[in-house]
Amino acid sequence: MSDIRASSAALMRSGRTAKGPRDPWSVLRWTLLALGAIAMVMPIVYMLSASIKYPFEMYDLNIIPKEPTFENYTYVLSDGRFLRWFGNSLLIATLTTVSAVFFDALVGYALCKFRFRGRTVVFVAILSTLMIPTEMLVIPWYLMSKSFGWLDSYWGIMFPGMMTAFGTFLMKQFFETVPDDFLEAARIDGLNEFQIWWSVALPLVAPALSALAIFVFLGNWTAFLWPLIVTSSSELYTLPVGLTTFSVEQAVEWELIMTGAALATIPTLVVFLVFQRFIIRGVAMAGLKG
Amino acid sequence: MATLSLRNLVKTYGKTEVLHGISLDVADGEFVVFVGPSGCGKSTTLRMIAGLEDVSGGEVRIGDKVVNHLEPKDRDIAMVFQNYAIYPHLTVRKNIGFGLRTAKTPKAEKEKRIEEVAAILSMTDYLDRRPAQLSGGQRQRVAIGRAMVRDPAVFLFDEPLSNLDAQLRAQMRLEIKKLHQRVGTTIVFVTHDQVEAMTMADRIVIMKDGHIQQVGTPAQVYHQPANTFVAQFIGAPSMNMLPGQVVSGGISVAGRHIARDPCGATGALTVGIRPDDLRVTEGRQGSFEGRVTVLEPLGAETLAYVDIGGQEVVAHADGRKPPALGALVSLAVDPANLHLFGPDGMALA
Repeated sequence: MSDIRASSAALMRSGRTAKGPRDPWSVLRWTLLALGAIAMVMPIVYMLSASIKYPFEMYDLNIIPKEPTFENYTYVLSDGRFLRWFGNSLLIATLTTVSAVFFDALVGYALCKFRFRGRTVVFVAILSTLMIPTEMLVIPWYLMSKSFGWLDSYWGIMFPGMMTAFGTFLMKQFFETVPDDFLEAARIDGLNEFQIWWSVALPLVAPALSALAIFVFLGNWTAFLWPLIVTSSSELYTLPVGLTTFSVEQAVEWELIMTGAALATIPTLVVFLVFQRFIIRGVAMAGLKG
Repeated sequence: MATLSLRNLVKTYGKTEVLHGISLDVADGEFVVFVGPSGCGKSTTLRMIAGLEDVSGGEVRIGDKVVNHLEPKDRDIAMVFQNYAIYPHLTVRKNIGFGLRTAKTPKAEKEKRIEEVAAILSMTDYLDRRPAQLSGGQRQRVAIGRAMVRDPAVFLFDEPLSNLDAQLRAQMRLEIKKLHQRVGTTIVFVTHDQVEAMTMADRIVIMKDGHIQQVGTPAQVYHQPANTFVAQFIGAPSMNMLPGQVVSGGISVAGRHIARDPCGATGALTVGIRPDDLRVTEGRQGSFEGRVTVLEPLGAETLAYVDIGGQEVVAHADGRKPPALGALVSLAVDPANLHLFGPDGMALA
């Protein structure tokens, strides 16, 4: 015991562990990690910095402005258009997330737990849409929107994301981990199939639902191409589309774009923080089993 | 409470028949245990009784009602699963009351029944805990409580003790037996563990390859096995099986003549000897002689594996004075305790 104490004390005096910073591989790993972290964080830092700069300082690379100002925030928040786009994005991302989580979980459950003719064909058909890039899908989406009369409407913006192939696949995989005994016990207890899905199966895959909710919300909150194509009136713009209107022919108002972008990160942070707790709790619940 | 009747029950998956006409009558309040090796069809039979598997042929009758086409919830049964199947996101109280919630039982009545069941199972102090905060035995009690609270006509247990450690399994075995004595509901219990079957059942149904091999009380299947499969499956260690030959005035086994009526057999037969009927004795008065190859001390007794003429048999020896490893010993058996089986493996009366 005394030997262990002595060697621990020696390590603490030297300020490093046995494989400490002087280990060359460790130095390399930490350097790469630090570079990666800087590459990830710098655009955000620059965005925040630019949002409190005056236009004359915009092209200086200094992080801390010489004359910081919150006028950009006052201007953007007092501009009715920004709040409208913010509201549009919030509404569209929320409704799409609720819809996608509901339908993806429903379809994923059916594909996982029911045996029916054509099940594999349906699953492969859904999966195959994952292989097609969005840029190719916008043409049939546009034609569908046109024939349904959904061009330049909330429905038009939302419908492609209201059920996702990725979410269906994710939920199907998670439902595979739910033992059939739970569902059969509920069946014997008198629940119908929808009740079994809602009251028994869904709570058991709550962490997956949370992860899916984060993915879908972020995807819709930052969606640009499809909302740009399907909308023509500025009242229906989402935030990413609306922010581009700060670029006019003569100049790009970067300070306003950066301010809008900084404000736009708030809901995504809230969604992530709220749902991340569920993911962690879900993992902890599974860890307690046994 | 109710009777349960199976008539020529058949189960097929595609063209493969896995149950070949199971027939059984379970009396009101009886505790019947289905036992057999993996794949013998015991769980499939139970799931057909529960309504979780379609009936391919035959009839399942609970009380006076044929239930083949009824939904599980309409069969008046409750089932306890191997992995408990208690919902991890609900408290013990909500788990136990789950079936009552769906049956739209009034709240006061529901609470009363949950409290009653929790008291019977000694779970009153744990009602507001979640399953993750319970031990394996407590979770199993919650699963049993969820079945009990619905007061079903028939309880179905699908290997409910397999996930418990040996000590807890023995304790739960006792608790389930006491519970049955107290509530008196008809129970069908499936297990692959013959000790569970022997200790709990009023009657045991031994299955193999989709066929019933024997139905009888624990004493019957132990002392009068219908065939070599039952003889070897029931009892631990397994019954010793030795090839024999009918000779004038008795049977010849392992080169020894034993004076025993061959029950009408002629020629070759199989002789079964329970290890507890085969005792290691001092001196040379025994029926067989051989060398000890392995010793397994159990405390009060020691199991001695003895090589008699090239065949290894298991015998019981005194735990206080076990034979030495490699010693030449004598094995004594009462000829009346020999089990005789014909060439087709069926017991000779």
